[in-house]
Amino acid sequence: MPLLHHEPTPMDIKEQHIYKEMGLSDAEYEHIVSLLGRQPNYTETGLFSVMWSEHCSYKTSKPVLKRFPSSGPRVLQGPGEGAGIVDIGDQQAVVFKIESHNHPSAIEPYQGAATGVGGIIRDVFSMGARPIALLNSLRFGPLSSARVRYLFEEVVAGIAGYGNCIGIPTVGGEVQFDKTYEGNPLVNAMCVGLINHEDIQVGRATGVGNTVMYVGAATGRDGIHGATFASDELSDASDEKRSAVQVGDPFMEKLLVEACLEVIKSDALIGMQDMGAAGLTSSASEMASKAGVGMEMDLDKVPQRETGMTPYEMMLSESQERMLLVVQKGREAEIQEIFKKWELHAVAVGTVIEEKTFRLIHKGEVVAEVPVDSLADDAPVYHMPSKEPESFRVNGQLAPWKPTLTNYEEALIGLLKEPTLASKEWVYNQYDSMVQTNTAVLPGSDAAVVRVRGTRKALAMTTDCNGKYLRLDPEVGGRIAVAEAARNIVSSGAVPLAITDCLNFGNPEKPEAFWQLEKAVDGMSEACRILGTPVISGNVSLYNESRGQAIDPTPVVGMVGLVEDIDHITTSHFKAAGDVVYVIGAATEEFGGSAIQQWLTDDVNGQPPQLDLAVEVERQHALLQAIRKQLVMSAHDLSDGGLAVAVVESLMDTGLGCTLTLNGDIDAELFAETQSRFLVTVKPDVAEAFEDLVKDAVKLGKVTEEDVLRIHDKDQEVISVAVSQLEEAWKGVLPCYMQSKTVN
Amino acid sequence: MKTAVIAFPGSNCDSDMYYAIRDGLEQEVDYVWHQETSLDGYDAIMIPGGFSYGDYLRSGAIARFSNIMPAVIAAAAAGKPILGVCNGFQILLEAGLLPGAMLRNKGLKFICRHVDLEVMNNTTLFSSLYDKGETISIPVAHGEGNYYCDAETLTKLEAENRIVFKYKNNPNGSAADIAGIINERGNVLGMMPHPERATEALLGSAHGLRLFQSILKHWRESHATLTS
Repeated sequence: MPLLHHEPTPMDIKEQHIYKEMGLSDAEYEHIVSLLGRQPNYTETGLFSVMWSEHCSYKTSKPVLKRFPSSGPRVLQGPGEGAGIVDIGDQQAVVFKIESHNHPSAIEPYQGAATGVGGIIRDVFSMGARPIALLNSLRFGPLSSARVRYLFEEVVAGIAGYGNCIGIPTVGGEVQFDKTYEGNPLVNAMCVGLINHEDIQVGRATGVGNTVMYVGAATGRDGIHGATFASDELSDASDEKRSAVQVGDPFMEKLLVEACLEVIKSDALIGMQDMGAAGLTSSASEMASKAGVGMEMDLDKVPQRETGMTPYEMMLSESQERMLLVVQKGREAEIQEIFKKWELHAVAVGTVIEEKTFRLIHKGEVVAEVPVDSLADDAPVYHMPSKEPESFRVNGQLAPWKPTLTNYEEALIGLLKEPTLASKEWVYNQYDSMVQTNTAVLPGSDAAVVRVRGTRKALAMTTDCNGKYLRLDPEVGGRIAVAEAARNIVSSGAVPLAITDCLNFGNPEKPEAFWQLEKAVDGMSEACRILGTPVISGNVSLYNESRGQAIDPTPVVGMVGLVEDIDHITTSHFKAAGDVVYVIGAATEEFGGSAIQQWLTDDVNGQPPQLDLAVEVERQHALLQAIRKQLVMSAHDLSDGGLAVAVVESLMDTGLGCTLTLNGDIDAELFAETQSRFLVTVKPDVAEAFEDLVKDAVKLGKVTEEDVLRIHDKDQEVISVAVSQLEEAWKGVLPCYMQSKTVN
Repeated sequence: MKTAVIAFPGSNCDSDMYYAIRDGLEQEVDYVWHQETSLDGYDAIMIPGGFSYGDYLRSGAIARFSNIMPAVIAAAAAGKPILGVCNGFQILLEAGLLPGAMLRNKGLKFICRHVDLEVMNNTTLFSSLYDKGETISIPVAHGEGNYYCDAETLTKLEAENRIVFKYKNNPNGSAADIAGIINERGNVLGMMPHPERATEALLGSAHGLRLFQSILKHWRESHATLTS
């Protein structure tokens, strides 16, 4: 969007279809005209275009999102506010949300990722919560591409740069590499916060006459139309939208967190909201609309870091580290005093008014005046056509694929060297995972665990999604994403509480893509209901396509669980020689979408593994019971790469080995990705008690002192390899790729 | 023993230090805001890690000009124990209380993990409860922890036994594997690793606790002498 000294007139906007450049359709423009009873001016058209973007209005995903279960006995705040809130007892609650920053990260990876982290942190502390942990779910194309290595390196650096500086530990997440994400990487950031019930805030502008205050960084021209940009496909022209990417300042945000958490203790504060997507426009209009009031703002008072900014630019800027507060009239000075301590400005920019109008004044003139609900509530809702793709039908008729393996050792090492399965140390060693000194389980186990200081409780947290399963069957894949997250939580010794989700999909205007979204949501909803984990917050990122090619449907699940007592905290690593190794659940010959299929054929097809949610629940309950009875030394869920890869992961950094005997079909035993399975070690003297409790547990062998992983297929040894050699292979992959960057 | 934890805008390990002393050492501790000018009444001063003022200029370069720093320098001159960790170490270097400077890590990446340190000198008030030559596990978390000093300074540090901790496997390129050094008088310690993050087995290591216990032991001994 060129910076125009002379803005187009309402007639220009209509005749030259300028609204289309802003992402509004002809019908939407006509709808605005009918809502206003006149043609909108340039600023007003801008307000509608961002508020009615998919990113802000969920206009195409809303009907689907309604299918999610979103309530439960522990849910204190469901979707609709900055973040969801779940009770954890003792008048405390956990607040969390995940959000995407995919498109900005594809164009400007460092700032795109950094501001993704900054945005999600604001969502959490705007609820009044102290942010206690960050997680990141990342997807890139294959590392053989120099462009991908650049994106990967800069995204990780951006997350580290922001999270480390602000002092919130980055404790977990996932990184996957697949061709499907080559032109459109996924960068999803999750923040978890802790709050006392009495401190819960809501973004509401109640009380006619109250004062609207602007706090934090000054407004610049960065990020204008970011929300609109996020609601379009990426193309070769996207690079021109670099100015739609914001620039982050974690130091400013650190001051803002501390100041806002001090302000919530003041009863002069009425409401608070982050200026995130669509900046001042969305925060102001949403706060007013939710409270059933209007708002009048004087834009001359908005702190600006550039000269000559127009109302359009100020309202659409997505400059970072800004918050909007509504404060009791007459008590502005008390609020300003708190911000002054943190060397931040708090400026009165407007007033809550009775008339349900959103009115903007600039240089003494009214420059925009629209019904407040028309922005926040009246966005059209589209019921998109949905169509089962032909490829789904064809794939479903394929005969089940089975691997032909002769050298199991070679296959195992091959899998360990796949970047998606390899050690992510290169990534998480760049993140400060320990600041705040509560991280009881650091990155590298099934779920991260963060202790709740001053109590015996802890919170387990994870993100999960296997897009390959969803490519083959979005409904089954959606179920698995939730179930796998729950398995990670349970393996850590926690009971799953709730989820947040980031729905990364292709263009919903294509019926096949919309069908994927619907099916995935159906699968996730079913799993959420049965596992008792409602959806309390989330984000939708549609239009993840580049050059017409959509990504695999990737609904990332962020789950939080409650560890009732820190003595229950369990990690995936083997603990001592002599411990008995069990697998819970039998393997079946399910290889569709598996890592072994991808490795051998460079593609996936057929049916993904099936999931019986009743079995899932039963096993999770049994394992959690055994953990709580202190019968379990280590627990690890089986996922990508099956049992073989899980065993190696459990051996890493332990200095131990193990000897196992498998009695079923050896290919399936080692590499099938049959669901609802866990690898567990138990002290020999409680083995019987464990077996009594966990009916589906099968004894495989023992942890040993020697540096060898030995696996027998009945009587025959199929794998005998030094654990140190496996460790070297597994850990060397990412450093090796990333050091090769100068060669290409 | 009453301890002050100095908090600058952008400090983010201030609470970690606070809890290590309150819950780990079980001693009285206060945050002292950077705009204060007095440290009277405090027996030990902690300068915690973080990104003071965002570290946008050079780590610690702005913090060293803050209002509290004259009081820190006076406390050093008065012989009070002063511990600077990570960004706190960088601030002590910028303030000239310790010699040398920090460069970016050799690999140019931020590093956060547990590392093994060797206790080189157990005769200081900060390290008396360790054995000389003992290996301890303490986390590092920094992007600019590559300690540099000229050859003359290094010779002096070594000759005067002022290198208190060395890395066993140098993670950042520091000269002579230096992880922590002390001033000539022996009451100002700067170190990049975070002992305050290693005071509970639950968090992976409790090896840092003895550093704080050493300070307390020293205080009790000197306090006993003074009041007897």
